[in-house]
Amino acid sequence: MAEKMGILGRKLGMTRVFAGDGAAVAVTVIEAGPCPVTQVKTVQTDGYNALQIALTAAREKHVTKPLQGHFAKAGKGLFRHLHEIRLNGEPEQQLGQELTVAMFAAGEVVKVTGKSVGKGYQGRMRRWNFAGSKDTHGCEKVHRNNGSVGNNTFPGHVFKGRKMAGHWGNETVTETGLLIVDVRPEDNVILVKGSVPGPKNGLVLIRKQ
Amino acid sequence: MDIIRKIEQENMRMDMPAFRSGDTVKVHLRIVEGEKERIQVFQGNVIRIKRGTTNATFTVRKVSDGVGVERIFPLNSPFIDHVELVTQGRVRRSRLYYLRALKGKAARIKPRGRF
Repeated sequence: MAEKMGILGRKLGMTRVFAGDGAAVAVTVIEAGPCPVTQVKTVQTDGYNALQIALTAAREKHVTKPLQGHFAKAGKGLFRHLHEIRLNGEPEQQLGQELTVAMFAAGEVVKVTGKSVGKGYQGRMRRWNFAGSKDTHGCEKVHRNNGSVGNNTFPGHVFKGRKMAGHWGNETVTETGLLIVDVRPEDNVILVKGSVPGPKNGLVLIRKQ
Repeated sequence: MDIIRKIEQENMRMDMPAFRSGDTVKVHLRIVEGEKERIQVFQGNVIRIKRGTTNATFTVRKVSDGVGVERIFPLNSPFIDHVELVTQGRVRRSRLYYLRALKGKAARIKPRGRF
């Protein structure tokens, strides 16, 4: 349950850089932080240890009155996104303290959580790479159909988890084992090797592993 | 987007000579063997330049002992020590794949003259 320390960020896109040894590496550029701590939760006050962090400044008209009062305690302005990170021990951070990308270093391994690109309602061929049926040779009306979904009397039902057509993407995905190629505190930017879930400008959570 | 452009800008090298398809170039490569580093030269015709930022590449073709050899180099790779422009060639297209089918005298490229 307890998570490692992390930071919220925005996926900016991908590019290719040359690593220290000269090898070309595909990287995802993530603009992360600074994330102010908007609430510190401890066992005494809330029954568990956690940090609540925020990202992206928001205008007053976009934030409800109760949330405005909540943000006023930290005194760092209003924000669009909030996320709670549960911790094992009591948090060292203070209310209002800002988390920055400086907490990470190049060469570290992290996991990144984001909401995957939504692909809508998709058939089995696209969603699960099914082969489909023939286009010709007497094949009629079933070119992209699903085919058989199971047996008859035994077991008498379709097993759960059967791969079928349905909504694809737009779900929370965590990519683990991602290497940090570079950290640029002056731009609040982290370069992570490989791809991370979500569209450009999508909200991501980077956590230590 | 600007941050990405900035990162790419830092990863690009500005010391490359302006060569084109059809030119003959000497690519001086840094080869690391264990501890030692040495320079290897690959000379041939540029038959393709794939433009871009950090992922730009160029292909150099040479005929070595009657066997055509093509190498694709990342234009901004730190493994390239430097590129020397030997001669400029006059060609009418940017992708010189037709050279692969030609041999000997037919595979020559005319030098680019000044008008």
